[in-house]
Parts: sequence; C-alpha cells; structure tokens
Amino acid sequence: MIELKGVEKRFGSNHVLRGVDLSIASGTSMVIIGGSGTGKSVLLKCILGLVHHDAGQITLDGQDVTTGDRDEFLARFGMLFQGGALFDSLRIWENVAFRLMRGALKKPKAEAREIAIEKLRRVGLGPQVADLYPAELSGGMQKRVGLARAIAANPEVIFFDEPTTGLDPIMSGVINDLIREIVVEMGATAMTITHDMTSVRAIADNVAMLHGGKVRWTGPVSELDSTPDPYVQQFIHGRAEGPIESVR
Amino acid sequence: MSLLSPVAALGRMTLGMLASFGRVAIFAADVVSHLLRPPFYPREFLQALMQIGWFSLPVVGMTALFTGGALALQIYAGGARFSAEAVVPAIVAIGMARELGPVLGGLMVAARVASSIAAEIGTMKVTEQIDALVTLSTNPLKYLAVPRVLAATLAVPVLVAVGDSIGIMGGWIVGVQRLGFNSAAYIKNTVDFLEMWDITSGLLKGAAFGFLVALMGCYHGMNSGRGAQGVGKATKSAVVSASVLIFAANYLLTELFFS
Repeated sequence: MIELKGVEKRFGSNHVLRGVDLSIASGTSMVIIGGSGTGKSVLLKCILGLVHHDAGQITLDGQDVTTGDRDEFLARFGMLFQGGALFDSLRIWENVAFRLMRGALKKPKAEAREIAIEKLRRVGLGPQVADLYPAELSGGMQKRVGLARAIAANPEVIFFDEPTTGLDPIMSGVINDLIREIVVEMGATAMTITHDMTSVRAIADNVAMLHGGKVRWTGPVSELDSTPDPYVQQFIHGRAEGPIESVR
Repeated sequence: MSLLSPVAALGRMTLGMLASFGRVAIFAADVVSHLLRPPFYPREFLQALMQIGWFSLPVVGMTALFTGGALALQIYAGGARFSAEAVVPAIVAIGMARELGPVLGGLMVAARVASSIAAEIGTMKVTEQIDALVTLSTNPLKYLAVPRVLAATLAVPVLVAVGDSIGIMGGWIVGVQRLGFNSAAYIKNTVDFLEMWDITSGLLKGAAFGFLVALMGCYHGMNSGRGAQGVGKATKSAVVSASVLIFAANYLLTELFFS
C-alpha cells in the first residue's frame, strides 16, 4: 500500500502541494485527475524521490520512502513517462531491457534481449522494432515502448504519467486497454495521472482529484459521475463555468 | 535606499557567483569521487572517447596547422628586427608545445564538445530521460558525466600531442616554403631546442583542459532550464565557462610549471 500523509511541496513562492493525504491499496489502480499545474506530476515524483517533499510522510508498505535502500526501493517501481523518455542513443530493445542489463537485476545480454522482445510483443510491437532507434518510431509506438520498459522487470508498482497525451483517440484507446490488461495481469498497484476522462474510466478502480494542493475528492470510479462535489463535476464535464478558475 | 541599491546588487552578484563556484566544485568532487567506484560504464566511456577524441581530430589538426604557419611568419617578422630569424623553428616548437597546442586545442574542444555534451544532457533533462534513469536505478552523474569527463581527460592530451606535431609541421612548411629555411636544418633546430618538459607540460595542461571542458558540459547540461531556451542557455554557458576556465587554468598551470 502507498500512503501519503500531509505531503507538502513548495517551489519558491509556489506552494504546489499543501498537505496531500491519499491511500492506494495494493493491486488497485488509482487515477489522479486535476487541472494543469495542480501538482499531479510533482506528487508522483515525490513518491519516487525524484523531487523531495518538504513536509509530510510517504510510505510504501509501511516503510518511509526516504529511508532504506534506494535501489531496492526503485526496483519495485516501473514508470511510463509522459513523452516516453526513451534514451535516444540506445536501440529499442536496449531501452526496454535497460534495468535488466545493469544493477541488481542484471541478466546476460541475450536473455535481456529475449525478455525485451517478449515485453515488446506484450505491448503489440513485433521483434522487427527491437533494433530500431526511438526516433524511428511514431509517438504511439514510443509510448508502447515506454510501457514495455516500465513492465520489463515485473514491478510491483507502476506509474503512468499522462499516458495518452498527444495520441489520437484510437491509439489512446489502445494504450488504455494495454494499461488495464497489464495491471490486472501483473496484479500490480497502478497510479496514473491524466486529464483524459476516457482514460480515467478505462483505467481506474479509484479516482482522486487534486485541487488547491490537496485531494479535493477521492472515491471509486463508479461514484465519480454521481458525486455532488462541484469541483469534480466541473472537471469531468469540462465546463468553463464553476468553482475552478479557468484562467490560472 | 537608492544609494545602497548598487552595493546591494553587487553583493547579490558576488554571492551568486560564489554559490555557482560552490555548486561547480561540489559537482566536480562528486564526479571525481565516482571515477574509481563501480558500477562502470565502459560502453558509454568508449562512445565518449570516440566523440571527444576521434571526431575532434580534424578541427584540432586544422587549427594547429594554420596556427603553426602563422606563428612561423610572426616570429620571422619579429625576429628580423634584431636579426634573430633563426629562432623560428625553436620558438614555433616551444610555443606550440607549451602554450598554443594545449590552449587552442582545449578551446576548439570546448567549442565542439562542451556545447554538444550540454545540449545532449540538457535535452535529456527536459525530456525526462534523466528522471527515467533515476527510476531505472541508474545514477545520472555516474552514467552520463563520469564517462564523458574521464574520456575528455584522457583524449585531450592525445589531441594536444597530435596538434603539437601538426602545428610544428605547419611552421616547417611555412619556414621551408615561404621563408627559405633549409628543411633539414629546420627539423634539427626544432629537435635540439625542444625539451621533454615542454611537451609533458603541454600534455598535462591538455588533461586539465579536457577535464574542465567535459565537466562544464555535464554541469550545465544537468542544470539546464526548461525548454529549448533552457537548453540553448545551458549550451552557451558551457562553452563560455569552459573557455574562461581554460584560460584561467592555463595561467595557473604556467605559473606552477615554469615560474
């Protein structure tokens, strides 16, 4: 279980997170929604330790994420970045097998390549892409490669940062289905950040809405449409009028 | 209040500069401390060695060739004022080996390599590739900076040695073809006057300049701001700071070696 208690983060005068409390049960899929600049990505980076939170506590299975062996901690995570974040200088299979070729999870090169090709197949990409470079792939294919890399070492927790941003609706649907399938298949805990309500309905077990640096609403996805919270209603229906200022 | 404003601004600037020096010093110490600690990344090191060493050869060679030629002409013209034209081979050789070879070689590598390292790492930063490295349990400093700094520290002295040779050859071509020196006498003069320490000191300078160039490229790349403007600024800062540090280090090393 991932648990956040009173997490705060400030960048200069910009108080992005003002006491976030959130629990994500193991094996469930939590989707964080909220307007641009509300600190969704910062929250995710705080959990991973890419950004250090100023106050509050974040625990994974009861252990504070800031203590303990960092490599061991990170080995439990996989992450799909918004733009894919594939390494330009490495071939596709080397990107996917990156974690498998170094550190504690190091495997022989041939075995790492085999696993990478299997993971590529899992996300719908044939072995012919394995020896290409990221620049030779379309945006949708790069997202799939990013997804293959995120699941390469069979992590317990997978983070998805805006997985469908920049993709056409059909490719978005493909990525959403893949995420859902993979999370269920692996029994992983998933945390996704998105603005895309189609993704929310396709991926989420639970939803949390971030607004004003705090969790405004959280609950099962089945209750999202019926909640009377005016902030949630404005956001999910994309209304310009409402308590959320349209110009931030 | 307004009378004190310039003083306050000067104070802020001084503090800012000191903070920058401190950050660079900590970064350099971090890089050095990781040089001998595993994991090592031989593939990244060899790639950096090719990029920094092999692909810089043409630009360093051309720079040295023309510098050696121009130096021969200048020394000949200057020496003619007190009938000392004969010193051309010795001064070209000593000038190239001690000063111009390492300094100009370092500057050309700074222009070519510091910019490309800063742009590459800066782009990796803005496209979240550096965050991705961290999530994949890889220390970005160790994976990106250490191989490049080590490669530059080893490659630039070799470039300097090649540049010295080509520069001296440039002087010889001009000396023999334009100034009427006897070829054999020119070479003998060069060999007779050039001491091993002239060459070694230049190579040591080259190693120091290589270290500084890659360090500045990595530092500014890893601290790049957001977007294209951030990467552009990081690239510019890398070249400017590497060049200034080369001149400063050159003076300090010259004091250390020859005063």
